[in-house]
Formats: sequence, structure tokens, C-alpha cells
Amino acid sequence: MAAVSPLLETRGLARAFGGLRAVDGVDFALPEGETHAIIGPNGAGKTTFVSLICGRVAPTEGRVVFDGQDISQMPAHKRVRAGIAYTFQITSVFANLTAFDNVALAVQRQLIDDHARGLSARALTEHGMDALEKVGLAEHAQKVAGNLSYGHQRLLEVAMGLALRPRLLILDEPTQGLSDSEIENFIALVRQIGEEATVLLIEHNMDVVMALAERITVMEQGRILAQGAPAEIRANQAVQQAYLGG
Amino acid sequence: MTRLTPSAKTIALHVGVVLLLLALNFLLPEYHRGVFARVLVLAVFAMGYNLAFGYTGLLSLGHAMFFAAGLYGAGLTIYHLEWSVWPAFGTGLAAGAALALVVGFLALRTTGVAFMIVTLMFAQVFYLMTLYFTTYTRGEEGLVLPQASRVLEFPGGALDLSDPSTRYLVALSLFTLVLGAILFLVRAPYGRSLIAIRENEERMRMLGYDVFANKLMSMVLSGIFCAASGAAYAVLFGYVGSGFAAIQYSILPLLWVLVGGAATTLGPLIGTLFMFYVIDTASSYTTAHLLVVGLVLIGVILFFPKGITGTVRERWLPWLP
Ligand SMILES: Nc1ncnc2c1ncn2[C@@H]1O[C@H](COP(=O)(O)OP(=O)(O)OP(=O)(O)O)[C@@H](O)[C@H]1O
Ligand SMILES: [Mg+2]
Repeated sequence: MAAVSPLLETRGLARAFGGLRAVDGVDFALPEGETHAIIGPNGAGKTTFVSLICGRVAPTEGRVVFDGQDISQMPAHKRVRAGIAYTFQITSVFANLTAFDNVALAVQRQLIDDHARGLSARALTEHGMDALEKVGLAEHAQKVAGNLSYGHQRLLEVAMGLALRPRLLILDEPTQGLSDSEIENFIALVRQIGEEATVLLIEHNMDVVMALAERITVMEQGRILAQGAPAEIRANQAVQQAYLGG
Repeated sequence: MTRLTPSAKTIALHVGVVLLLLALNFLLPEYHRGVFARVLVLAVFAMGYNLAFGYTGLLSLGHAMFFAAGLYGAGLTIYHLEWSVWPAFGTGLAAGAALALVVGFLALRTTGVAFMIVTLMFAQVFYLMTLYFTTYTRGEEGLVLPQASRVLEFPGGALDLSDPSTRYLVALSLFTLVLGAILFLVRAPYGRSLIAIRENEERMRMLGYDVFANKLMSMVLSGIFCAASGAAYAVLFGYVGSGFAAIQYSILPLLWVLVGGAATTLGPLIGTLFMFYVIDTASSYTTAHLLVVGLVLIGVILFFPKGITGTVRERWLPWLP
């Protein structure tokens, strides 16, 4: 059997905060193109785990391999350029800049590296508006981000991630605080993103998880409790006790 | 009336300010023209400081060292090596750039209060060195550059920089050049990334920016502008002394920028001009002029919390860069 090497792999990845092992020796593999959900109770270590992947947090042990390359020592900004984008659990847009300027920051960084296109005003506008359009914020482009509704700020956060044209997009609880109709649109958006990129989704809303995930990883106390297709996870006894409440 | 785009308004405003300053050369009485020439040179210092502090959010308490690097780079080469103005000025710029690169490289590993203290300490070392090498610098007493050396040579002729009108126009030229450069910078994508680093460094890192490299670049550009101001000061006013490397010359640009409006292109000019005249007026009435200055500062902070230009922008002219 020809084993296709995964886009992302972690080996024995661990991070301790003082005595607390927030992430405790996680082996994880994510094939290219998959939309994968991570679920688990509050404090399970989900955010810390993906922060280790994108380089925001340094590991105490273990390795991260992306696209066949060991990136454990790579600083966060270089990982982003290598194709890993992270959208923050706590909305972290530039509140004083317009929505367009927010995505433009992502686009201009990406264009600097794209020597074929180069950083021109036209390409900047085109790519920026394109990302806003995808999330449905085009008509709010000139509004100051801090004045957008909470739901729209979350979408802007996703647009910034998209504008980076990542190979792996990590979404940390993107639907938190969204209304039901906004969640509907969001599911459609992630489906569309999933056609081009690999998506790693941390999510508490099980409807969203079941609608989107091809596979699910359940975390608890820094470890992987279970992993599998949505139906397997739903049927898993241990998961039900630990998380699904029974 | 035709409606101008924000970009056209911005350019029109800046050109208008420069033309007004040009007209003042012919309108101002001698004393005030001298004050304005000094203000224009020091406004360049303030603009350089503003790039680091206002736009990038680097609160340095040591920028006197970059001004003084330019001042001494130009002054010492003219005084001791009898260099002409152009290469001396270039030496000043190079000294400022090199110093900013080294200090930035070390100091930018820290942030916040630590950054303030580290920059302050570097500036203090620089100040003490100007005293230590008193054989060359004459310390606080300083050096007076001979008038004959303060001549700006051109292929077609030469300008006597001690002539009041020439001095004013050269100061205005430098001011215009730096104002144009800053205006271009802050409106370019690079300026947007500096502002964004000030606003949210962590987010910028996660957009793929090398935050350290961007800050260092900002620091070096800031150092070059401040050194240009110092070097111009030396050749235009013919005096080079340790006082310009002392702590108060690190605090002054911060005050000028805060009063005029941080992260605005015209704020540094307005702040420098305002503070000069407040001090000037106050000290002609009372020996307790610092008290008056303090009161004025409190008033400005109360009524113009974002500085004069910053508050104007917030209330009336949102397109101001
Ligand atoms: N910077 C930090 N310093 C100290 N402890 C931390 C830090 N970051 C996270 N922790 C702790 O590590 C554990 C895992 O946190 P983490 O944020 O990864 O959980 P999570 O699964 O994302 O939870 P949630 O669902 O609430 O977002 C928690 O107990 C948290 O308090
Ligand atoms: Mg979390």
C-alpha cells in the first residue's frame, strides 16, 4: 500500500504550563484536503495544540512536520508563509482599520512572496475584495472593523485567513457568538474553502461539526481520547461519557 | 465646487503647507524667521521620532542619540577634518543609521517599559561619551563651526548657510523632503503594516509578518531622519554641543509629537512650532516659564487628548494622514 504522506503530522507533541500538561504527547496526522474537527471540553488543550502547530506557542517536547518538512524550530511568521493560517479564538481584528485594510494586510504580505504577481495596487484591491466577497462582507469593505457586528468581525477574521491563501486553515471556534442564520452561511463557506484547502476546525457546536467534518479528533486533558469518522465518534462510549454528556 | 478624493485633498493640503512656509520666508520679521528655521529643522527630528513612536508604537526615550549622531557626524568632520558640507552631512546620516541599526537590534528584543529604559540607557552612554571625548567635542561648551566651512557647494555655485534667508530655505527644503518621504511611507503598504504592528503585534505575526524586522526597519528610518535633522542643525546653526545628546532632547520630540498629534504627518511640525512659541512667550513674561509650559501642556492633554492634529482628524477631517 502506497502511504501518502500527510500534509501535517505531529509526533509526541507536548506543552506544559508550570505543572499543567496542557498538551500531553499528541501524535496526529492530517491528510491533504481533509476537513478535520477537533472537539473536547473546555480546557482540553485544543487551542494550545493548534497554537503549537502554527508556532504561537513553543513546545516543551515533540515535533511538527508540515508538508514533509520539520517545522518545529520555525518561527510563526515563517510557518504562515509556508501555508499555515490561524484564525483566533478571541476575535483579533484590527479594530481601528477598515475591513478592507484588515484583509489588505494579509493580501499584501502574500503578494510580496508571490513574485509573479508582485505587490501592485490593483492586485491588492482585487485579492482583498475577493476574500471579503467570499465571506459576504464586500459591502462593508470601507467600514471600520471595530464598528462591525460581532458576527461580521468573526467573518472578517476568516477572510484574513483566506486572503493568505493557506494550504492549511486552522479555525478556532469560528461560530462562537454567531446567530443561527449566520451559522448556516458559515457552514456553506467552510465547505467551499474545504474544496481548495485542508481545514482544521475547533468547534463546540456539534451541528457544525457533523455537517462539515470528514474525521473528528476528541481531546481531553491534553490527550487524544478518540479519533474517527463522525458516525464512529457519535457511537463511541468513552466520548459520550467524557463529552457528549451521555 | 468639485469634490476632491481624500488622496487629492491630502496632497493639496501638504503642498499648501509647504507653499505657506515658503511665503513666510519673505513675510516674517527677522527674529521670527530665525525661530521658524530652527523649528523646521527640529520638526524633522520630531517627524523621525513620530515614525517610530507614533506610527510603529515604539516609545523610545533615547532618540537624542540619533539627533546627536547626525549633529556630531557632520560637526566633527567639518571641524576636525575640514570636510565640506555634503560629505559631512552624509557622515551624519550614516552615523545615525548605523547607531539605529545596532541600538534597534538590541533594544527591540524588549517591549514596553523595558524598551524605554534600554533606549534611555543607550542614549545616556552616548551622552557620556560626548563628555568623555571632550578633547574632540569640548563637551557642554561645544564647538562653533567656522562660518567659512558652512558653505553648500553646487556644480553651479555655492550657498552661504549662515545667511538667514538661505538658511531658512535650506531648512524648508529638508523639511519638505522628509515630509514627502513620511507621507509616501505611511500611505504605502509598508506604513499600513507599521500601524498594524502598533495595533496588534501578535495578529501581524500570524499574518506572516516578521515583526522584528519591520520594527528594526522603522527604527533605522527613524534614526536616519533624526540624524538628518541633527546634521542640518550643525551646518545651519554652526554649533555642536553635548547638550543636544542629553536626556531633555529625548523628551522634547516626544512632547512635540504628543502635542502636535502622534501618527499624523503634520502633527510634529505643529507641535514643535507650538511648544517653541509657548516657551518663547512664557519666558519673556516670567522667569517661572516652565510652570506656564506645564500648565499649557496639561491644557492640551485635556482638550486635545490626541494632540492638536490628531484631535482635528478625529473630530473634523477623518482623511488626514
Ligand atoms: N498561556 C497559558 N498559561 C498558562 N496556562 C495556560 C495557557 N494557555 C492555556 N493554559 C491552560 O492550558 C489548558 C488548555 O487550554 P486551552 O486553551 O488549550 O484549552 P481549549 O481546549 O482550547 O479550551 P476552550 O474550549 O475553553 O477554548 C487550560 O487549563 C488552560 O488554562
Ligand atoms: Mg480554545
